[in-house]
Amino acid sequence: MNVLTTFLNALPGNVSQGLIWGILAIGVFITYKILDFPDLTVDGSIGTGGAVAVMLITNDCPIWLALLCAFAAGCLAGLVTGLLNTALGIPGILAGILTQLALYSVNLDIMGQSNRPVSVDKYPLVLSSRYAVPAMIKSMLIVAVIIAILYWFFGTEYGFTIRATGCNSNMARAQGISTKKSTVIALILSNGLVGLSGGLLSQYQGFADVNMGRGAIVIGLAAVIIGEVLGSVIFRKRFNFVAKLAFAAIGAIIYFLVLQLVMLLGLSSSNNKLFSAIVVIIFLAVPYLRNSSKTSFKKAAKNAAAVKGDVNNA
Amino acid sequence: MLELINIKKTFNLGTINEKKALDGVSIKLDEGDFVTIIGGNGAGKSTTLNAVAGVWPTDSGSIIIGGNNITGLPEHRRAKFIGRVFQDPMTGTAATMEIQENLALAARRGNPRGLRWGITKKEREEYHEQLKMLDLGLEDRMSSKVGLLSGGQRQALTLLMATLKKPEILLLDEHTAALDPKTAAKVLELSDKIIAEHNLTAMMVTHNMSDAIKHGNRLIMMNEGRIIYDVKGEEKKKLTVDILLKKFEEVSGKALSNDRMLFSKETD
Repeated sequence: MNVLTTFLNALPGNVSQGLIWGILAIGVFITYKILDFPDLTVDGSIGTGGAVAVMLITNDCPIWLALLCAFAAGCLAGLVTGLLNTALGIPGILAGILTQLALYSVNLDIMGQSNRPVSVDKYPLVLSSRYAVPAMIKSMLIVAVIIAILYWFFGTEYGFTIRATGCNSNMARAQGISTKKSTVIALILSNGLVGLSGGLLSQYQGFADVNMGRGAIVIGLAAVIIGEVLGSVIFRKRFNFVAKLAFAAIGAIIYFLVLQLVMLLGLSSSNNKLFSAIVVIIFLAVPYLRNSSKTSFKKAAKNAAAVKGDVNNA
Repeated sequence: MLELINIKKTFNLGTINEKKALDGVSIKLDEGDFVTIIGGNGAGKSTTLNAVAGVWPTDSGSIIIGGNNITGLPEHRRAKFIGRVFQDPMTGTAATMEIQENLALAARRGNPRGLRWGITKKEREEYHEQLKMLDLGLEDRMSSKVGLLSGGQRQALTLLMATLKKPEILLLDEHTAALDPKTAAKVLELSDKIIAEHNLTAMMVTHNMSDAIKHGNRLIMMNEGRIIYDVKGEEKKKLTVDILLKKFEEVSGKALSNDRMLFSKETD
């Protein structure tokens, strides 16, 4: 009972946190699902967004401008990964790792130290964990606006080129699409959202930290995959684009709710990275195992007629 | 329309896998020419088409389409002149996108793309009419994902996409090779119809000699990266598979070494 009331009390906070990370998850959805590019820049670019936002806010920059700059800083990080991949021929996964690593130093340079506080008492922050219910409503609105904009964007000619590039780059080039250009644009857009998410997260938690992005990609992937599994169960064939974006964010909310629950049940906070890794493993493994349980060599052997020279059970 | 002047291409230069793929290919197509290309394994048939499409840069020579020297343009920038259908039905379409979205992508080939809608209502109506022409019932499934279509349906759709915006040259790279005989015949018939209707200039690589004779107004035979035989008009109409085989031995000094080609000779 006690666990339940604590859980319910913490609900608005966890939902807001889920929604803020949901923006990152939507960014991950763009690269991982639409572009088919495993982009690990995320771990660095969320910190860059956070660092830029906090430094600007504490230097009395208007909040909206600080968030815009966090978005732009994320875009820049995406541009670097995109150019490493398309202009220098570095494989996508490595390009992201390199940018992420470099950003660790950049983020330290931006902040001048490893941690920078930003207090809601001193600055007019958009949202703060201190006021969980307003934070939840505001983050919900922000996510809704982002989904609306992306829905529009991916319905435009430009959005089509990114989708075609991710699906079949040979076809895209044959239709006159520069697949390099659309790869870079998608990475810019994705990391811009991640940077924005970092800018909001640092306000919500009241500080930016050089380690705030560690494992961010795994949380983003967890959210995307949870959302996908859940969405395809609920919507089946009608799981359209808007629903997919929304369910990336909903996946993030579910992730944080479950995390809160297991922590209340005794998981120590030092184990939360272990938790996120296990969640992703489970959600990736279950569809695979379920599929292979339907058809396997073991089953084939069992169903095969008993004949002479049977080595199946040898 | 299309002119290739002394095109050369060597793959894996300076390694033990070095292969001279194109060894001075020159050809000039007139408007409305429908050329079929045959030849043994590794003769340079598909390589010639890939050189035109710009899959990789050539080593030397010039490629001119409609008066434009496109030799230095990358694949996506010369796409505005070229319609392509590939051997693998999976290559020409985007499986996770809708039929109508694929058509909309093709309709914008060569146009600058911006933040206008990727597909408009007016276009949907046009595509409905054009899909009807394929006679595959696709006009009623326009919002289905292309991944749900069969190989033959995907090739027919790719063919429509390649010609939706009239190309200066249509490249068909063994586009029926992966289909069953009945579907292959239907796609070929459709190719003929579309090429005739729009008076397109086209090149078709095939391993089927009787198809190469039956279709088009001109036939080219390749061997070891060179064009060894080029015939058109009345002379082409008189060709038979046996004449072609003899011609090949005469020019190349050996028997035709393309298993699929010999097999297709027996089955036709």
